[in-house]
Amino acid sequence: MTAPVAISLMVNNERVEAHVLPRLNLADFLREHLKLTGTHVGCEHGVCGACTVRVEGEIVRSCLMLAVQVDGASVETIEGLSDSGEIADLQAAFRDRNALQCGFCTPGMLMAAQDLLRENRRPAREEIREHLSGNYCRCTGYQAIIDAVENTARARLERSA
Amino acid sequence: MKASAFAYARATSVANALELLAVHGEKARVLSGGQSLIPAMNLRLVSPELIVDIGDLRELRGIAVKGEMLVIGALTRHADLLKSSHIVKCAPLLAAAAAHVAHPAIRNRGTVGGSLAQADPASELPACMLALGATMVVRGPTGERRIAAEDFFTGIYETKLAPEDLLVAVELPVARKGSAHFFQEFARRHGDYAIVGLAAQARLEGDNFADLQLGYFAVGDKPVLAKAAAKLTGVAIAPALLAEAAAALSDELDPHEDQQATAAMRRHLAKVLLTRCVATLLNRPDLHAGGSA
Repeated sequence: MTAPVAISLMVNNERVEAHVLPRLNLADFLREHLKLTGTHVGCEHGVCGACTVRVEGEIVRSCLMLAVQVDGASVETIEGLSDSGEIADLQAAFRDRNALQCGFCTPGMLMAAQDLLRENRRPAREEIREHLSGNYCRCTGYQAIIDAVENTARARLERSA
Repeated sequence: MKASAFAYARATSVANALELLAVHGEKARVLSGGQSLIPAMNLRLVSPELIVDIGDLRELRGIAVKGEMLVIGALTRHADLLKSSHIVKCAPLLAAAAAHVAHPAIRNRGTVGGSLAQADPASELPACMLALGATMVVRGPTGERRIAAEDFFTGIYETKLAPEDLLVAVELPVARKGSAHFFQEFARRHGDYAIVGLAAQARLEGDNFADLQLGYFAVGDKPVLAKAAAKLTGVAIAPALLAEAAAALSDELDPHEDQQATAAMRRHLAKVLLTRCVATLLNRPDLHAGGSA
């Protein structure tokens, strides 16, 4: 049973079929097998948040899921959110506000921030801080990231008004 | 790091999971949400030969009220506790606690059953189960049995579960009229493991406690239901009595020392939480002296 297992899933709205070893985690599957290297691997034990992706629409740590567990599921990565334009404004706000330097944490930050903005159109700074508390950034000191998320929320509200 | 190689079986039913566990015993581990097991495997702290994935077992999911009983399926996630109207109404302590469990992406996967079976002495839900007088519903080779939360947790990562057992649900009495709860923990950052925490469930009668259950966590090798609470029930509480209860609590606890805190610091913080809990639940700001850490 340590042999490869067949899985079939949707990744960024495209059907993917593969054979994977049970020990392969979702982050490595995305990066090594599908070459979707926007999902970053930092700590590999669920602390840093760099590997955050969506499974069935909800954010998860892809280093804490096995690839075999997403058989039949829908996975969205930063490439999907970026290419669809879903977070174009959030990405622009990160750029404008210098909310990234080295960029290692940025894909995970964007995933977590967009998750918050989808469920809370008017997040307070404290709520932004809380929602991003599981994502480490070693460059920015976080203030600029909170600013960028706050600005995006405000701009989206104005656009929809 | 990466997990070492293992075999993988996706259980198709509870019976199927039990069969697999009966055959493989200690060489197998149950995979629920994986938010404790997978990091431990990635760090090579554990290397099971077989993973039994119970993630597809829908019958273990969900929260239901059956008469005076709240039944929470083992696969119910922390995120579900935060969203459930049953929890808000019948056991709001659990929602308060779940907000302190790690971060949103972890809460979307981590499960109630997984947290209880893992029995990390610093985690929130085991202490809540003590305070709420919960009962664990366990299925094993000889059928189903029920274990009181107070008996269930036996040590660090240790419970009454045998390798062949599966925790399928937890049953809680529905909160009665006059119920109140308090949850607070000290942690370096919100979402980190607690240095000391308190999950308390109370029933108020007038200005007094008719019942008070104090579930402490991160104060030793397992969660503790503090006996000092008995001093505070059915009586008017003056500062001197609260101080007496705090001293009894300090004697009763046997906290560990680690890189986060000394045993003395843990004792001190446990007393601070007791003071805050009593002052908050009774709405008695005058008792707050000693409530600052």
